[in-house]
Amino acid sequence: MTQPFRLAQGGAVDRARPLAFTFDGARFEGYAGDTLASALLANGVHLVARSFKYHRPRGIYTAGAEEPNALVQLGMGARSEPNVRATTLELFDGLSAESQNRWPSLRFDAGALNDAFSPLMPAGFYYKTFMWPATPRGWLRYEHLIRRMAGMGRAASEPDPDAYEHQYAHCDVLVVGGGPAGIEAARFAAQAGRRVILCDEGPPSGRDIADVTLLSRTTAFGIYDDLMVGALERVTDHLASPPEREPRRRLWKIRAREVVLATGAIERGIAYAGNDRPGTMLAGAAKTYLERYAVRPGSRAVVFTNNDSAYAAAQALMSAGVDVAAVVDARPEGEAARRCGLRVIASSAIVNANGRLRVSSVDVAPLDGGRARCIDCDLVCVSGGFNPAVHLWSQARGTLRYDERLAAFLPDACPLPVRIVGAAAGELDAVRALWSVRSKGKRFVDLMNDVTADDVALAAREGYTAVEHLKRYTTLGMGPDQGKTSGVVGLALLAEARGVSIPDVGTTTFRPPYTPVTLGAVPGSEQGAHLAPTRRSAMHDWHAERGARFVTAGLWLRPHSYPRAGESEDDAANREARNVRANVGVVDVSTLGKIEIAGRDAAAFLNRIYVNTIDSLATGRCRYGVMLRDDGMVLDDGTVTRLGPSHYLLTTTTVNAVKVMQHIEYLLQVVWPELAVFATSVTEQWAAAAISGPRARDVVAALVDIDVSNAAFPFLAVASCRAASLPARLFRMSYSGELAYELHVRADRGRELWEAIVKAGEPFGLMPYGTEAMGTLRIEKGHIVVGPEADGRTTADDLGLGKLVSGAKWCVGKPLLARPALTEAGRWQLVGLTALDGAPMPRAAKLVADPARATPNPMLGHVTSWCYSPNLEKWIALALLADGRRRHGETLWAVSPLAGARVRVKVGPSCFIDPEGARLRG
Amino acid sequence: MLLINCPYCGPRAQSEFTYGGDASLHRPAPDASMDDWFAYVYLRDNPKGAHVELWQHSAGCRSWIKVRRDTRTHDILESP
Repeated sequence: MTQPFRLAQGGAVDRARPLAFTFDGARFEGYAGDTLASALLANGVHLVARSFKYHRPRGIYTAGAEEPNALVQLGMGARSEPNVRATTLELFDGLSAESQNRWPSLRFDAGALNDAFSPLMPAGFYYKTFMWPATPRGWLRYEHLIRRMAGMGRAASEPDPDAYEHQYAHCDVLVVGGGPAGIEAARFAAQAGRRVILCDEGPPSGRDIADVTLLSRTTAFGIYDDLMVGALERVTDHLASPPEREPRRRLWKIRAREVVLATGAIERGIAYAGNDRPGTMLAGAAKTYLERYAVRPGSRAVVFTNNDSAYAAAQALMSAGVDVAAVVDARPEGEAARRCGLRVIASSAIVNANGRLRVSSVDVAPLDGGRARCIDCDLVCVSGGFNPAVHLWSQARGTLRYDERLAAFLPDACPLPVRIVGAAAGELDAVRALWSVRSKGKRFVDLMNDVTADDVALAAREGYTAVEHLKRYTTLGMGPDQGKTSGVVGLALLAEARGVSIPDVGTTTFRPPYTPVTLGAVPGSEQGAHLAPTRRSAMHDWHAERGARFVTAGLWLRPHSYPRAGESEDDAANREARNVRANVGVVDVSTLGKIEIAGRDAAAFLNRIYVNTIDSLATGRCRYGVMLRDDGMVLDDGTVTRLGPSHYLLTTTTVNAVKVMQHIEYLLQVVWPELAVFATSVTEQWAAAAISGPRARDVVAALVDIDVSNAAFPFLAVASCRAASLPARLFRMSYSGELAYELHVRADRGRELWEAIVKAGEPFGLMPYGTEAMGTLRIEKGHIVVGPEADGRTTADDLGLGKLVSGAKWCVGKPLLARPALTEAGRWQLVGLTALDGAPMPRAAKLVADPARATPNPMLGHVTSWCYSPNLEKWIALALLADGRRRHGETLWAVSPLAGARVRVKVGPSCFIDPEGARLRG
Repeated sequence: MLLINCPYCGPRAQSEFTYGGDASLHRPAPDASMDDWFAYVYLRDNPKGAHVELWQHSAGCRSWIKVRRDTRTHDILESP
């Protein structure tokens, strides 16, 4: 017969919907509405786990999220999930779970030898023992062995195949917890016209509350600043075959004006010897299994309590036909005991539980001493009182006070609009505080991390008397359950050991998350390609159609090169770079940051943010400019174009566009609000192409409707024109060092412009080129890039741009440029390097005088950018070198210890090609 | 996550803002001494309690605003 412990009637399970599942390979049947735990209990399975440290047999202890024992490995392959609480895992057809931390099997576990040697393994055992040899490697030598022995489940090694998402919600009142108090609070708030969300960790009850948004299977795990509540919804975990378009889990970010916590209370155990035997569970859990799941958790029970609540469990057990052998009550006989009609052993306690894979009997003795008597049983139901679930309350900076009547910490006051109701607020039965029972043997406090009452006492003796130290030394409460059933017991025992009161010991800090949050849910959909938006220029598709390889620059995708059939990327880039110097090339520069500056004070403003003079710039002309940070280091470089009397266009480097815009907005809004200047980012409004090479003028002349002769349109000229009949701006500026132009058109006409350029350039040998060739050309020309050369530690002078800094005016960053350290000898300065002996330049090399010298070998500088120059036919580099400008002509070594490479290099000026600039002015 | 009041857009999540540092600093005049500039650029108090700071509504209207925040609790004490 299947499910021998299932009651014939009652419960919230659907007996018409049987579900098949396996545990450790054995096939079982449960019902819809079961959890894995209730279904296992219905089949008489209590032994479900081995403990963390001693590998002791363990059973199902609770019926909720606080479960310290019944963690299982769920599923297989990429979807395998460790440490799933069987007590909250809704059963589905085909569910397959395995027990954890055992080998070769749950019934026979070789690791249980740890238990036999456990007198040798007290708290702090690892810290004290695995120190030899006394070096940091001592621990490393043992760590992997210990990790394998003391463990939880295993994470899947394959990529997570599931999707996750985030959802934002806003409400006037968020109610956490769907018990009677929570439902009442939600209904009340909704009737008062508030927008209400009620979230509960369990499955939907099927009952709606008018005007309340219900989130079921959703655990509020944390309260963050300004009442942002994080909640995790398990969307498809309960389904045998999840629908394809649903995320597996959904992370809610709920912003609430007020929060009502109806989080209930969590029952706690009592530490007596053998209180971890399978067949031991909290009294409230036994009642839940009987009433909600219609499962008898045993045949013959002993109930052990220090409060009245367990009598309800005892009655329920009796009604379900369980033989209640005795109720052991730590208190003198009271009203509940007299009325219950059960055998009550008052003023007594369980001192020991016997059995190995299942409890078989308990020894009961009077608390004031005296002989123990043995009572046979296969189920022990324990209640040591309740702890209000104040986790979220404490996260919201709510204070706690210790209540002697309940022997529990109760919510006191909260500075935020957070209320707490029901059992969470302390609506509970009085208890007689009883934390542990004196007896020989292991008396577990923290079942999950195998921390015993003796461990707590030992920690106190060794001086770990602060509760936070106790926690870290013994690992009490540090398991995935975060000590929900054990924490208060542990600190009560610490108080006993120290001879102080429980409130004097205090609690550890409650931190999110309340229950574990799947890592995949934290980024949600923001991963892989969706981590950040991808920006593509208007010409992107053309590049892709021509087989361009792309690289990222900030959020942008830019063509790296356009390899032809059979051509490598490097060969393609070299061909493209050669062609620019020999004929003409075109490169997509739409990604450059573009900022329009307009207003009466525009020129004055630009004079203040660039090192060079801007107000002398004539309309229709452009100029290279450098901006500094307040500390004097180079922020960015780019061009400034005067479009009209008080209208300018700035360009910034691609990756710095956002930073520069923010810099400008800061200065205009915070520092100089009196300036009449508007700044507008127009990066996305314009598509841009740069045409470079000795034949560039021929190509441009064929495209535009204005005279582009050197006399009519000299270097650094700017004009409006029509290019291939498109309204355009034409700039004569050069990054490659060749005769070069830029054309800007409306972004949505970018591809038209590009195709017109390619067509017009055909007779002149024009080829498109990518960022790799562009980089090669600029290294040959000695142009710096923000990042490698302007790395945030370099001044304009370090980069050879000192002449740009106008002595006649102030600018941002100038005051601190006069600091002695920025002008004294030894500064790292920009130089060019040529590799000797025909060797390739090592990647990210450092510069030293003598590579054979013993370490530490003084580093004189480092290589910032390097390439094979197809035009010079040798390896070259830019570098920052101490006193670099005085070292021209010296021979140094570029070394890369990681790559095992060393190359002799000759130091020279940073510009390798046409230092006089004849080409770009021609 | 903080809820920051933007005077133009209303209360918005912190994720829409960029932190801009101490707003109580006095920016020296252009011709101020190097010591003044040094102090302005590098020296910061680390107050426990109220702290006036700049935030930019960078994913919104791009306004720079001043906010007074308690560094112990993250409570926003004052915003425009």
